[in-house]
Amino acid sequence: MNELLGHYNYWIVVILMMMGLYIVIASSNLVKKLIGLSVFQVSVFILYITFGKVTKGSPPIITDNIDLYSNPLPHVLILTAIVVGVATTSVGLALIVRIHEAYGSIDEIDIHDMDDKDDFNHEKQV
Amino acid sequence: MIESLQLLIDVSLLAFLIMIVFASIKMTDLFAVTMLFGIFSFVSALLFLDLDAVDVAFTEAAVGAGFTTVLMLSALRLTQPYENVKHRHSLLALFIVTLTGAALFYGISDFPDMGDLNAPVHQHVAPEYIQLTQQKIDIPNVVTAVLASFRGYDTFGETVVIFSAGVAVLLLLGMGKVESKQEPEENLVLWVVVKPMIALILIFGLYVQFHGDFGAGGGFQAGVIFASGFILYSLVFGEMYSRRVIPATILPRLAALGVLIYGVTGLVSLLFNKPFLDYSALSSNPVSGQHLGILVVEAGVGLAVFSTILLIYYSFSGREVNHHE
Repeated sequence: MNELLGHYNYWIVVILMMMGLYIVIASSNLVKKLIGLSVFQVSVFILYITFGKVTKGSPPIITDNIDLYSNPLPHVLILTAIVVGVATTSVGLALIVRIHEAYGSIDEIDIHDMDDKDDFNHEKQV
Repeated sequence: MIESLQLLIDVSLLAFLIMIVFASIKMTDLFAVTMLFGIFSFVSALLFLDLDAVDVAFTEAAVGAGFTTVLMLSALRLTQPYENVKHRHSLLALFIVTLTGAALFYGISDFPDMGDLNAPVHQHVAPEYIQLTQQKIDIPNVVTAVLASFRGYDTFGETVVIFSAGVAVLLLLGMGKVESKQEPEENLVLWVVVKPMIALILIFGLYVQFHGDFGAGGGFQAGVIFASGFILYSLVFGEMYSRRVIPATILPRLAALGVLIYGVTGLVSLLFNKPFLDYSALSSNPVSGQHLGILVVEAGVGLAVFSTILLIYYSFSGREVNHHE
């Protein structure tokens, strides 16, 4: 039972990560792909924070009477990763907005079709 | 094994996360998916709190559940809020995902149990950081000490990344213009509720900024919270009023100033023959030098994050909807 629960977080992390990856591959909608990517990202965050947890430890804010703290290092890494993550997500969304302005669609398959048609017309002219 | 109540919360929150993602795979309404993702972020923030990562929980709640949701909604306004389902590769994707997942499951089987104090991750730098924070920096929050002082280089890099992301969005979308005719619908309930809330949000942002040495918080969280106060104001009362308080043109300069404050603090310690970003040079007493350095650097981070986040919001909301076709 202990063995089972000791790895529970890691299993969920893998499942979440794969669900995120599935959305990225299977969905042709660019916004949804980005959401899948964010789900993937959050699963990595959970993995790191799980590493940092210490049984019976407290949050790493030093207080008298407490001498066992959880590991602060993963917290630092993930704290900054979250803010960097939102910054990169916003660049991705900005690109999607520009793609929509150029193509009138945010569906990958439609965009590829339009590109192919353009190439075909171009070749015919040449 | 961690304590039973914590474990119970951990197990149920993670189960929630799986359900939320499963629901969003199925949905084609992107508004609904965005809201589900907001819930997803909030539940993961609760999970971080349960796992003792108070600073991370703070950041995820402010960034993931707050700002990202607003950002995605404004991106949907400029594109289209639904998905045309064409799962051309869904079987292939399922195959790849199962294969990768199986490999990862095999990989995690020899991980140490969660919460094991003897795990390798707790053996090297972490105990030193906790000890050195008490000796050399003398502030209660170890996360802030590691973030701003021991790992000051990394945080400087990350601040630069955020700044560059802001510049990239600005290049792609521009600052946008808001015509004075554009006013949101009059909604008395929203007005009455939001007005005092904004004051509280801004005060709370300042508290988080300056209390980050002692409790959970710091420049990253404070910047986002402070920006969300302005975003809330412009959502409810109209963006032109918000732009009158902080014009969009000043924001890139403020963001650059934030990064500059950080960098100059590092250079000052170089002038005193100490390594880059070694704050003990800033005062005759090394410990109070560390205090001063962390305060200044966190102020730089807070300023850079605040102006970048608000700039990104302005860029998205000021962009005109392009009715293609």
